[in-house]
Amino acid sequence: MKKLILAIILVTALPGYTLAAGGIALDTAPIDTGDRESQARGAQTYVAYCLGCHSLKFMRYSRLAEDLGLDDAQLQALMVTSDKPGDTIQNVMPAKQAEQWFGTKIPDLSVVSRSRGSDWLYTYLRSFYADPTRPLGINNLLFKDVAMPHVLWEQQGLKQPVYTTNVHGQKVIEELEPGLPGRLSEAEYDQQVADLVNFLDYVGEPMKQERQQLGLWVLGFLVIFFGLSYALKKEYWRDIH
Amino acid sequence: MNALKNLVGWVDDRFPLMALWNDHLAKYYAPKNFNFWYFFGSLALLVLVIQIVTGIFLAMHYKPSAAEAFASVEYIMRDVEWGWLIRYLHSTGASAFFVVVYLHMFRGLLYGSYKKPRELIWILGMLIYLCLMAEAFFGYLLPWGQMSYWGAQVIISLFGAIPVVGEDLAIWIRGDFVVSDATLNRFYSFHIILVPLILLGLVVAHIMALHEVGSNNPDGVEIKKLKDDNGIPLDGIPFHPYYTVKDIAGVAGFLIIFALILFYAPEMGGYFLEYANFQPADPLKTPEHIAPVWYFTPYYAILRAVTIDIGPLNSKVLGVMAMGAATVIFFALPWLDRSPVKSIRYRGPLFKVAVTIFVIVFFILGFLGTQPVTPLFTVMSQVCSVLYFLFFLLMPIYTRLDKTKPVPERVTFK
Repeated sequence: MKKLILAIILVTALPGYTLAAGGIALDTAPIDTGDRESQARGAQTYVAYCLGCHSLKFMRYSRLAEDLGLDDAQLQALMVTSDKPGDTIQNVMPAKQAEQWFGTKIPDLSVVSRSRGSDWLYTYLRSFYADPTRPLGINNLLFKDVAMPHVLWEQQGLKQPVYTTNVHGQKVIEELEPGLPGRLSEAEYDQQVADLVNFLDYVGEPMKQERQQLGLWVLGFLVIFFGLSYALKKEYWRDIH
Repeated sequence: MNALKNLVGWVDDRFPLMALWNDHLAKYYAPKNFNFWYFFGSLALLVLVIQIVTGIFLAMHYKPSAAEAFASVEYIMRDVEWGWLIRYLHSTGASAFFVVVYLHMFRGLLYGSYKKPRELIWILGMLIYLCLMAEAFFGYLLPWGQMSYWGAQVIISLFGAIPVVGEDLAIWIRGDFVVSDATLNRFYSFHIILVPLILLGLVVAHIMALHEVGSNNPDGVEIKKLKDDNGIPLDGIPFHPYYTVKDIAGVAGFLIIFALILFYAPEMGGYFLEYANFQPADPLKTPEHIAPVWYFTPYYAILRAVTIDIGPLNSKVLGVMAMGAATVIFFALPWLDRSPVKSIRYRGPLFKVAVTIFVIVFFILGFLGTQPVTPLFTVMSQVCSVLYFLFFLLMPIYTRLDKTKPVPERVTFK
């Protein structure tokens, strides 16, 4: 029986040993999901650089203000597409034309942190590089031939790829080196992206903090309940021999 | 107290209230040696109740339409009071249901609970399991995410593999040429009415059949053989209060694990809620990798393991047949097992080895079903599929050859 259980444990551990299929290794997003200030900074970046194309149509401005602790002035500064706090965060880009311009549907990003994951977003936003063969002159290591322009290029600058030849004789990118400099240092840019990703992580599941806090109470109750019910069982079963 | 007695008496003159109470709880004698494995029956009942209650509240806010379904789920998660909790209870409950049911079935395998005279309990249980699979499949389309959509597309298109009538059958099931609003609506209807109705009926029948013949136990001893002067089994104890209090402790233990997942890992690393399902369904964009939820993956691996054509039957049809056979073969277990003893405690090494291999194979198949197809994985799933079926097909031989130990008269109880 013990061997059987051991075997089950070994086999269930299997998925952990498989490698991520294709692409580049993801960097861990250095985010603290309880850091509301970081998320508020991310919200500013989002409204300034992302909202033009990507709506957050399941998120309400008022919820944002409440959860992130924004005052009226801060909220008003974010509300570029609506004057009603109860509205969802829409954009004004005409969807049909946008699809023609970019050759693909522009996704809403309300739950992108849940489909892609924070690490993916953090890596993606730091993996753009100059590629003259592309219509917009840029490409992305993680998302090859992505239609999205490098919106934050002013901040990051534009990286240059360093090519090498792999064992199959193909030209591949070995690493990215600094090319055109940006306004921010690399560390500052990483922090800006981290804040943005932290914001998207919040938007993906606004109740995450509430969920984790409520969990403590529920678990606390259940542990006490388990103790009592176990004692009750012991008491009843005393006369069974 | 007297008023209550009068009320019970009044009802009892018109309805077998106390008879039901006694037959199924207060005077239902269960073996006293139930162990850990015997929690999962009552836990399955608990999860069923969780699913029904949360399902009722979800149905109040969910919109079964292709245009609104995805948004309505996010609406429940964000704008409905406690909606996120109700939704996570339901999504975690779906996986929990399969966990407890798989463990419940495994218990039956360990202690030979399907053997005479409990064949019908096993068959009713298997029907419940099939219903559960249907329920999960229909329910999974409802969030209308990419995996909902393409998972349904893949499974329904399997019907298209049936010769001659296949394509028409697939269109009839979908109500359209592709999975669409019509499909979503009928799946919603099946998920909240048809299947739950059948499921409840089967659960009642399962318990009635169990209480007719009495519960098996870890020793596989029939406790009804030895009774005291009052006709009460010597090794039996009334289900209530002994097992009701024990099961309450079991429920508490289960809920602790359940709450840990619900509050701290509701996606369970993409196994309970698949990451790709947070993208809305897009009929024009096929995902690179379509994987069912974990509880279907062993069968999905068997489906994909078949890569050969035999005569007029192509590999797709044969794959569907293999997958169907892999689930239906469980029904035959009571007749495949020829061992004179029930419990694994008194069986010989052959059965123990076979069960061990079967469990490992089931887990490997489950893992392979989540992975993209590679040549190595295909070979692995072929080997595992063969072993899976050999466990059943060779059972009449190895259970007869096996050296069993003598079974005691009474149950062992420390």
